Amino acid sequence: MKLEFKMIAVLTAIALASGGILAYTYVSAIDSIEKNNEEAKKKAVTTVLPGVQEYKEVKIDKHTSYFIGKKDGEVIGYAVLTEGSGFQGMIKLMVGFDRDVKKITGLEILENVETPGLGNRIAEDWFKEQFKDRVPELCVVKGKKPETEHEIMAITGATISSRAVTKIINQAYEKLQKALGGEE
Amino acid sequence: MKKGSASYEFVKGLWKENPVLVMLLGMCPTLAVSNSAINGIAMGLAVIFVLVMSSLIISAIRKLIPSEVRIPSFIVVIATFVTMTDLFFKARYPDISKALGPFIPLIIVNCIILARQEAFASKNSVGLSLVDAIGMGLGFTWVLFLLGTIREILGFGTWFGHPVLGGWFHPLIVMILPPGAFITLGVLVGLKNMIKKES
Repeated sequence: MKLEFKMIAVLTAIALASGGILAYTYVSAIDSIEKNNEEAKKKAVTTVLPGVQEYKEVKIDKHTSYFIGKKDGEVIGYAVLTEGSGFQGMIKLMVGFDRDVKKITGLEILENVETPGLGNRIAEDWFKEQFKDRVPELCVVKGKKPETEHEIMAITGATISSRAVTKIINQAYEKLQKALGGEE
Repeated sequence: MKKGSASYEFVKGLWKENPVLVMLLGMCPTLAVSNSAINGIAMGLAVIFVLVMSSLIISAIRKLIPSEVRIPSFIVVIATFVTMTDLFFKARYPDISKALGPFIPLIIVNCIILARQEAFASKNSVGLSLVDAIGMGLGFTWVLFLLGTIREILGFGTWFGHPVLGGWFHPLIVMILPPGAFITLGVLVGLKNMIKKES
């Protein structure tokens, strides 16, 4: 009886202490984390919509929202913040479209848990730069240079991650078109 | 150096009882995140922090924990420090946190930490456990750094992201893929054994 009691008491005490410490850490960290996320969002919008001065966020669904980017009071483009499945987990990205919702103006990968050194190279500049001025529907080509404005060159050894990014962008494009179409 | 002395407990982790090359512990993070030098170092540093903190706490409360529940107790303590590290990086260094991605949560499955609690911290004083944890952590870090260096140079032709091999070099993609991790680690363990036999 004594041993059982001690086991329960010790485990409970450790778990409580752990919970307390974590709760305290979380409370003191959450403000900074949210601020960082907000700043990352702002930075992403300015990256994917070059020249943007102000923007307004509109929710589409739980994981997707779009930003109307304006410069001198005029709409210069739309940025879609969305996420989708990658090779291992979710990829969260922001993609910018021009005013006519035709061409892509920029891409920013916000979060990914792809394989380090392979899949997570989707966050490298040379890969993201490729999407500029491309026109959805996008598709991936392997081992050769892209020929049409729909093609994106896959990362060597990470075709699935490259394909996931183009798929998410295609979906974002459809969602944005639907959302804007519904408004007019 | 005598077993039980602080200097012995520190040095053993670096070579003689190296967690990766001799005990073959922590294989999951070793193989998974050693594909570049910087990844190896980042993982190593995070592990040192978690290992040192866990060893301190466990050795300090070692006499209170009944042996029947020692494993769950160790795991809760380790998980607490891993989560703290994760939150700390997210709040203070979002860029580093983004670069490390899944590495930080991966520390929980690093059995070097659990093994040190079981084999050492739960049986030794706080001071010795601290020395042991630092030695083991550094032993883990240098091997990961070496593995990462070899794999990054052969697999990407770069070191810390800077090109070190000329244009003539055709990167061996296999080196950054899982087979490259097994091959490199196997060669390193073999070398370690060769050196041991000769001395």
